[in-house]
Amino acid sequence: MEQFLQQLTNGLAVGSIYALIALGYTMVYGVLKLINFAHSELVTLGAYLGLTLLTSLALADRLGPLLGVLLLAVMVMGLIAVVGAMLDRVAYRPLRQSPRLSAVVSALGASIFLQNTIMLIYGARYLNYPHDILPKMTIHMVGIDVPLVRILILCVSILMMGGLFFFIQKTKVGTAIRAAAIDQGAAKLVGIDVNLVVLLVFLVGPALGGAAGLMLGLYYGQINFAMGWSYGLKAFTAAILGGIGNIPGAMLGGLLLGVVEAMGATYISFAWKDAIAFLVLILILIVRPTGLLGERVAEKV
Amino acid sequence: MTDMLLEIVDLHVKYGNIEVLHGINLKVTEGEIVTILGANGAGKYTTLLTISGLVRAARGAIYFDKTPLHKLPAHKVVKEGIAQVPEGRRVFGTLTVQENLNLGAFVSRDSARVKRTREWIHHLFPILGERRHQLAGTLSGGEQQMLAIGRALMSEPRILLLDEPSLGLAPLLVKTIFQTLREINQTGVTVLLVEQNARAALKFANRGYVMELGKIVLDDEAQALISNPEVQQAYLGGAA
Ligand SMILES: Nc1ncnc2c1ncn2[C@@H]1O[C@H](COP(=O)(O)OP(=O)(O)OP(=O)(O)O)[C@@H](O)[C@H]1O
Ligand SMILES: [Mg+2]
Repeated sequence: MEQFLQQLTNGLAVGSIYALIALGYTMVYGVLKLINFAHSELVTLGAYLGLTLLTSLALADRLGPLLGVLLLAVMVMGLIAVVGAMLDRVAYRPLRQSPRLSAVVSALGASIFLQNTIMLIYGARYLNYPHDILPKMTIHMVGIDVPLVRILILCVSILMMGGLFFFIQKTKVGTAIRAAAIDQGAAKLVGIDVNLVVLLVFLVGPALGGAAGLMLGLYYGQINFAMGWSYGLKAFTAAILGGIGNIPGAMLGGLLLGVVEAMGATYISFAWKDAIAFLVLILILIVRPTGLLGERVAEKV
Repeated sequence: MTDMLLEIVDLHVKYGNIEVLHGINLKVTEGEIVTILGANGAGKYTTLLTISGLVRAARGAIYFDKTPLHKLPAHKVVKEGIAQVPEGRRVFGTLTVQENLNLGAFVSRDSARVKRTREWIHHLFPILGERRHQLAGTLSGGEQQMLAIGRALMSEPRILLLDEPSLGLAPLLVKTIFQTLREINQTGVTVLLVEQNARAALKFANRGYVMELGKIVLDDEAQALISNPEVQQAYLGGAA
């Protein structure tokens, strides 16, 4: 039982990181019907920028661990949002009227370019996040000792997802984003500036991805220039699982995948941890290609 | 005494390399109901798309109350006071009826006015009030048409452009829709209507244009068009 609860909380924390990344895929897909393959590199960049800022500014020393990490997160999110908007401007916007495949190829190119840039700047070796940023304490709840960092990640992610959910579902601009995702032409006819919607999506998605990168660094303590590949794949799986293009779907898919993976790694075999995501992806494509909450059939990429 | 609201001058439009509008001239006066008739593929909807800015003019100009529209992006055209009920209705299917209506008022800032307009639309189409929480995609074809009209009206346009609002609707409902459009027109909204149903359109409109293969071939008072032998032959199924 203790192990189960440990793995459940671990799965939820990791799953909430997947969910944050998945939101970036799903929002861009929703509006542009494009899989932004470079999104995973934005997550990596978030992890690296987080490390750089953390060590160079010594925020945790000056402001205390919680406030320091919070400010760090805000800075990383802002920076990655700008990189995301630039990515769209350079790699995707010039191809808006071109065949879909051109944008996909451009996405792959952008992904490789970003990954190599990160490697050239930071090197190919694993880098360590300082261990002593967040207090090493645990919190006793539901009969087990849960590490503080796990609780923080889960709470902050859920807060961000809740905020996004409210924004998308309840505000005028959020409704406009959903409308543009359904029918760009009709959205323009009611006066929505679709270019602005796309920009917004390329700010918000990457910001969440950047936050996810920082969380990965804080949670696992180690980062690498190629880390985006595996987390990107898992988050992409989570987006498909929830129904690509569907925002609550990405949240649900991420959490679910995180838990399934943690349970599988514990009760089946740790060696199979990464294969589980693939298995889930294949199963969902066979059984329910629209995903759990998706109403549209996933289009061929 | 009459004010020119919309003026299209020598409009040429191309899709890729193929020109589909070859110099259209068209005028609509404030308060009028004007219809564009024509066979399939004549370019009627292309004309509306170009007014709305969804398709660019290759040559020529469109003025709305003297403002040149042909340079504005689509979302700014709406702000000028032009709303469109598009071909195929194009309601936002996975959003609720209410959300669809509210999006129609996306360019409005004054929430009290938006509320008043929404109440007026609920009065015009009571079903939209009753079904406000239903997803638009689950409405019937006729109800979706009402929603598309309601959504367009939410921006309080000075001119309403409609593409074939009668398409696929039962005769009785077509009659209701045209009656409602007249009611809308009487509040001061100018109407430019593209229709295949020439008989209904000419009975409804003040003036009409007949379009063939990307050109205007006739324009006259609606009454005169109804009794025009050529129009009767081509669009009214023989002698009326
Ligand atoms: N996106 C497009 N790309 C290429 N050609 C197009 C496009 N849209 C329309 N056309 C062509 O432009 C011409 C005019 O089309 P339009 O839709 O304006 O006709 P219409 O008068 O509304 O016809 P209908 O009564 O059949 O709806 C047609 O020949 C059509 O094939
Ligand atoms: Mg048409």
